[in-house]
Amino acid sequence: MTRPALRDAALALAGFLVLAILPLITSSSALIDFVIRCAALGLFATSLNLLVGYGGMVSFGHGLFFGMGAYSFGILMQRTGMPIPLAVLLTLCISALVALVVGAICVRLKEIYFAFVTLAFQMLVHSMIIAWVPVTGGDQGLRGGIPRPAFLGINLSDQKQLYLFSAALLVLGLLAMRHIVSSPFGYALRMVRDNATRAGFLGINVYRTRLTAFVLAGAFASLGGVIMSLFVSGAYPEFAFWTMSGEAVFIVMLGGTANFLGPLVGTGILLLLNDFVTRTAEHHGLVLGSVILLFALGLRKGLLDFVMEWLAARRTRDAATPAPVAVKGTST
Amino acid sequence: MLEIRNLVKAFGGVRATDDVTLTFETASLTAIIGPNGAGKSTFFNQLSGAIRPDSGEIRLDGQNLVGLRIGEIVRRGVGRAFQVASIFPSLTVEETLLAAVSAHHRHAGRLGTRFPLASTRAHAGHCVAMVGLHDKRHILSANLSHGDQKLLDIALALVLEPRVLLLDEPTAGMGPEERWRVIDKVHELWERQKMTVVFIEHDMDIVFKIAPSIRVLSYGRVLAEGTPQQIRTNPAVIEAYLGSEHEVAA
Repeated sequence: MTRPALRDAALALAGFLVLAILPLITSSSALIDFVIRCAALGLFATSLNLLVGYGGMVSFGHGLFFGMGAYSFGILMQRTGMPIPLAVLLTLCISALVALVVGAICVRLKEIYFAFVTLAFQMLVHSMIIAWVPVTGGDQGLRGGIPRPAFLGINLSDQKQLYLFSAALLVLGLLAMRHIVSSPFGYALRMVRDNATRAGFLGINVYRTRLTAFVLAGAFASLGGVIMSLFVSGAYPEFAFWTMSGEAVFIVMLGGTANFLGPLVGTGILLLLNDFVTRTAEHHGLVLGSVILLFALGLRKGLLDFVMEWLAARRTRDAATPAPVAVKGTST
Repeated sequence: MLEIRNLVKAFGGVRATDDVTLTFETASLTAIIGPNGAGKSTFFNQLSGAIRPDSGEIRLDGQNLVGLRIGEIVRRGVGRAFQVASIFPSLTVEETLLAAVSAHHRHAGRLGTRFPLASTRAHAGHCVAMVGLHDKRHILSANLSHGDQKLLDIALALVLEPRVLLLDEPTAGMGPEERWRVIDKVHELWERQKMTVVFIEHDMDIVFKIAPSIRVLSYGRVLAEGTPQQIRTNPAVIEAYLGSEHEVAA
């Protein structure tokens, strides 16, 4: 392994350890629930950022794959009772396959058309969920709970163990996506985003690069859906509704697109806002909307992007001040 | 040797390339000049495969390039840089070249390893050094000066190890100082790499100073070809393009 890869793995391990120790310090079940929801939405939003931030493809239909993950996993567990790891794996495969079909049509399209056709596919799947009552439970959602047979001594009916499982999936999912954006493929994706024509001249297959990103993003979004379905012990049509995609776009805007962990930060902000504002304010939509406007018009970027740029600017200033002679020398 | 025979390309009723026959010797440096609308860029677009000629032949060392896809033409050895620097603004100079080399080696789809691949470093470093951007390799491409962006564009063309390098107005939109810096780099590149370089240029001082041979296009046709001295004193060129100023200077 290269040094950056080792560093990422060490950071991931450290992150997991912190999350693992957390319940030993406090027994607050609100905190535990918060982290599980962060894991579900964090994976979902980070996967969207593979498309938006790294691929320059703004999808308004990404919720499709979140819902696909929750429903596939829920239905598999209810109908077959297969081991949970196998069901998770199958869910990832199903979502990747659906993403391949949807992506094959969508990634050829330019900006606004891409956004709207992904949205159209999402609404198609949402309608299917509503209409296919015998399988999906229609607008009532997938009820009756999701069976959780113990595997490898892990019992996900226990909230603490579900917490650790979610934290592990979050950390592993983030690590995998981090690896993707740091691979030669990740850089080809950035080139396609910046200048697809020139990327083509250099021998990059633009279509295949975009499609691969779309499939990977779909798979990781569905992993978020799996965690959510375990958390609520069911699946609901809202998971595949356009508001779900909208929430992910908000999260990405709040946290920032230029830094890998931006969407995770954004997830934390949105969930905190959601929890506090809905409890204290009557017109919570007004407050949430104002905060988003503040970020969009005030900072003009997500929080993490803003902080990182500020730090970088401060570093260069600090580097410049102790050596005024050198600065003088280079500026002439 | 790059040979163009009876090349024709018409847009509607306008023959942008009108029966052009030209030869560029291997390892030569040639400037193409001509008034606006003379068909210079259209000519380049046909050489690089961006548009397909209606008829005629383009042969590189005997192999016909007409009808091949852009990627195939690039692989046969025709590289080009663009009139407006075509770069990747959010990548640093070094990242751009490393990523370009990995694409050239057909590793752009690899997910299993970290970027950059060790095998790409030497060639990327070589390309950066050739255009003189080594000291600026950690700068974001978007933050480079206009001239440096053009040099980066040229470096991207060099990644593909071209035998023929087509430069569409390498000094367009630059101040005089930067112009000379870029064009000196191009000249140095040509001398060192022994590749065939063809460039379109409007600045006559540059053309007459560095190009050993010049082709003049006008209304899609070849108006004249020759050394700077021959072009300067060619009455047809003076009338169509140069005007009296350069006649006096000659």
